[in-house]
Amino acid sequence: MTTTYGPLSIWAVIVAGGLATFAIRLSFIHLFGRVDEVPPWLERALVYVPAAVLAALVAPSFAPASATVSAVLTPELLGGLAAVLAAWYTEDVLWTVAAGMAGLHLARFLL
Amino acid sequence: MDSRLPSDLRDGVRDTLPLLLGIVPFALVAGVAGVEAGLTPLQTVGLSVVVFAGASQLAAIELLGDDAALGVVVLTVVVINLRMLMYSASIAPYFRHLSTRVRAGCAYVLTDQAYALALARYAGDGADADLDADGGTRRPYYYLGVAVTLWVVWQAGTVTGVVFGAAVPESWQLGFAVPLVFLALLVPAVSDGASLVAAVTGAGVAVLGAGLPFNAGLILGAVVGVGGGLLAERRGLTDRGSGAEEGHR
Repeated sequence: MTTTYGPLSIWAVIVAGGLATFAIRLSFIHLFGRVDEVPPWLERALVYVPAAVLAALVAPSFAPASATVSAVLTPELLGGLAAVLAAWYTEDVLWTVAAGMAGLHLARFLL
Repeated sequence: MDSRLPSDLRDGVRDTLPLLLGIVPFALVAGVAGVEAGLTPLQTVGLSVVVFAGASQLAAIELLGDDAALGVVVLTVVVINLRMLMYSASIAPYFRHLSTRVRAGCAYVLTDQAYALALARYAGDGADADLDADGGTRRPYYYLGVAVTLWVVWQAGTVTGVVFGAAVPESWQLGFAVPLVFLALLVPAVSDGASLVAAVTGAGVAVLGAGLPFNAGLILGAVVGVGGGLLAERRGLTDRGSGAEEGHR
């Protein structure tokens, strides 16, 4: 869970990620007049980026190590289910995190 | 027109306040998670200042905590923030008259929320008045009212999270808040059949590829997920593909 990377590697990631993000943000604001629009194919693909990337990021944190019932019902999975329900009904980060943490600790206490 | 300047700015700040309920916990998590993943307080706050994009910060923190390949961490940040290309293109006309330096500043603080609020206001103003009144010089004040408020609150929240995270015992498992925030962002992003296909495909491929080197599972999941979404859209599993849009395609 804890990184073994040294400070130089971490700062390199911060600076590279920050510069790239700034370039994305500045792109059309700077170029406007020369490039008018995001190409349509890219715009259509970008619609699905949040769903695909967030799901790919989050899924391994909840995936069970094996397929037996006792291994599937982890506190993490139950907390995650509570969070999904809260996200579904409230669409609010605060309630989602609160429900997920409550679910995790309740399940740890009960299981 | 001096009197317009502070009122536009003030409107921006005021309209941002309700959003802070969602931003503050998100920023706290970014601070706590950084410390839990083994980043120093300075690195965690530095990430917030330099990158200033919540979901991508959390992804970077999570991947660094797992000792993912450094290139993959940066690539993931880029992919998560690619949506800002659309914001940049869409808001660019309103910043056209500004100096290069001011435009760069406006770009640095561009976020989902600042884009959404500013565009809603600008679009409601009536098209011509928007761009040409006062040579467009007062355009960014509302935007900056929103964006800078978000920036200040985000940094303060991250610092608070860092301090809090360092003081809280391990058994609270605060690091678990990271995937929870992703879930909070993921659920509203799944708005129709095609985006559901994108999410399920992305998740499935990422889980199957979890053991691959260089976090190829994550990258493959993202790519195959986007492809799945496009394919599903083509097969009509979306509201966007039907009706008015279909006509002019």
